[in-house]
Amino acid sequence: MKNSKIGLLYILPWIIGMVFLTLYPFINALFISFTDYNLVREPNFIGFANYAKLFKDKDFLGTLRQTLKYTVITVPLQLAFALFIAFILNFKLKAINFYRTAYYVPSLLGGNVAVAVLWRFLFQQDGFINHFLGIFGVSPVKWLSSASGAMAVIVLLKVWQFGSAMLIFLAALKDVPQDLYEAASVDGATKSYSFFKITIPLITPTIFFNLVMQLVNAFQEFNGPYLITKKGPLNSTYLTSMFIYDNAFQLFNMGYASAASWILFLIIVSVTVVLFATQDRWVFYSDKGE
Amino acid sequence: MARTNLISEVERRRRRKYMISAAFRYTLLTVVALVMIYPIIWLVGATFKTNNEIFTSINFIPSKIDFTPYVNGWKTRTKFTFTTFFINTFSFVIPKILFCLISSTLVAYGFARFNFPFKKICFSILMATMFLPSVVTRIPLYILWKNLGLLNTYVPLIAPTVFANEPFFVFMLIQFMRSIPTYLDEAATIDGCNSFGILTMFLLPALKPALISCTIFQFVWSFNDFLGPLIYVTSLAKYPVSLALKMSIDQSSGIVEWNQILAMSFLALLPALILFFCCQKYFVEGVTSSGVKG
Repeated sequence: MKNSKIGLLYILPWIIGMVFLTLYPFINALFISFTDYNLVREPNFIGFANYAKLFKDKDFLGTLRQTLKYTVITVPLQLAFALFIAFILNFKLKAINFYRTAYYVPSLLGGNVAVAVLWRFLFQQDGFINHFLGIFGVSPVKWLSSASGAMAVIVLLKVWQFGSAMLIFLAALKDVPQDLYEAASVDGATKSYSFFKITIPLITPTIFFNLVMQLVNAFQEFNGPYLITKKGPLNSTYLTSMFIYDNAFQLFNMGYASAASWILFLIIVSVTVVLFATQDRWVFYSDKGE
Repeated sequence: MARTNLISEVERRRRRKYMISAAFRYTLLTVVALVMIYPIIWLVGATFKTNNEIFTSINFIPSKIDFTPYVNGWKTRTKFTFTTFFINTFSFVIPKILFCLISSTLVAYGFARFNFPFKKICFSILMATMFLPSVVTRIPLYILWKNLGLLNTYVPLIAPTVFANEPFFVFMLIQFMRSIPTYLDEAATIDGCNSFGILTMFLLPALKPALISCTIFQFVWSFNDFLGPLIYVTSLAKYPVSLALKMSIDQSSGIVEWNQILAMSFLALLPALILFFCCQKYFVEGVTSSGVKG
């Protein structure tokens, strides 16, 4: 490794970008949140007024509740599914490539508006899903016109995209030494015993990584509800990121929206910090103490 | 004799047990896989159906192959066609890919191969920005681009890639570069080769797989991006495919021609699908290298 300041020259583009496109906006958001800036008149400093108003704003508090609900349902479901499928795929199977492809395609396409369009269509009252359920004698479900139905639609959309988490799990599972399983099975351990006592502990770093990533993403979910369910019946799918978008880019209440974005940011950070703090109790890094 | 019988009986049982559990696994995986991709398969079929047939049939095979939804969908109800929307999309996706490759490689090279003052702090910041929720910088960035008079251009979408400000790519390249042995660099330095020469002559060829991964991920993500264009692109003439599709489902006047919308949706998915089936290997490597490994 060369000890040279020329390294700084190579990372210069990143430093410039980080300062102007990340750090400056990040701090500026906090500054704006203490003003009444609306793009037209000069900003006035109004202290914590935006924050005080937000904590009384029923719409905003509602979006926080729905965002929390969405995250708490989506993330564990998605991770459990990803881990389960990765676990099965990790047995020496033929056609593993086919399965891996089939499971990854939704993650690949998931962000596209086209998928949201498709979902909105599939879950209509007279859409494909209800037709399909009809075959089994299930009466039509009010997917888009009931509060819990709308939430289910956007949750399902996210859980459906478990592919990238699954690929990361699969790579971690491949690194678990096979002789551990063999030793366990000689000792008479069942499959599920080895899964919970060998596999899970050894891949906790990967679980942790996926958990943090998915939580950060889920808290900011926008596309699904914005495109498919909108606010949903009784604001059931009105998430905080949509509230921020509406206030900033529809009503141009930049100060108010910035305050909301900082509250969301602080929530995400505190959840992440709590997770990192509990890390010692349940995440096992194999190279510890080396 | 009796002994071999006994062994083969045990063996047979073991095999049967194995067969049953394998069959169970394959069945489960296949059923789940079908459920997963059936919406996409059904979409392909639906694009050839009449508007009436879409609502009445759950079978994905259309009663007759009819390209009218594609022809009419492509024309749209506006004065623009999807030709414009696709050209618009590519006119920011391609620059994004190029800038991302160049800037991320340079920055990753700096981090992977040099020691410099404040390197540890810089690297920690790089990692932290990977987790930084973009929601918190969105509003000031909008104000910044507005003050620079660059709203309704593609500059706000492209700028982060010019400055390697998408840490995922930098991180992936750093990981990859660290796995390339340094003895070639050292030999070349003794021969009087400068650091930039080492990067272009020795490292770039070895980096090829990682650069391909970057290209395809940047392509798919930029192509799929919806919120960026939604905030920054305001005139119809500059709409990318994602906004054009959104507009088509918002039209409430008259009958919603779902078959046309679905046909255009399928075309919007096609580039990513084609790319994926051509370079599957690089996708898998890209996703897993961003994980905890390494």
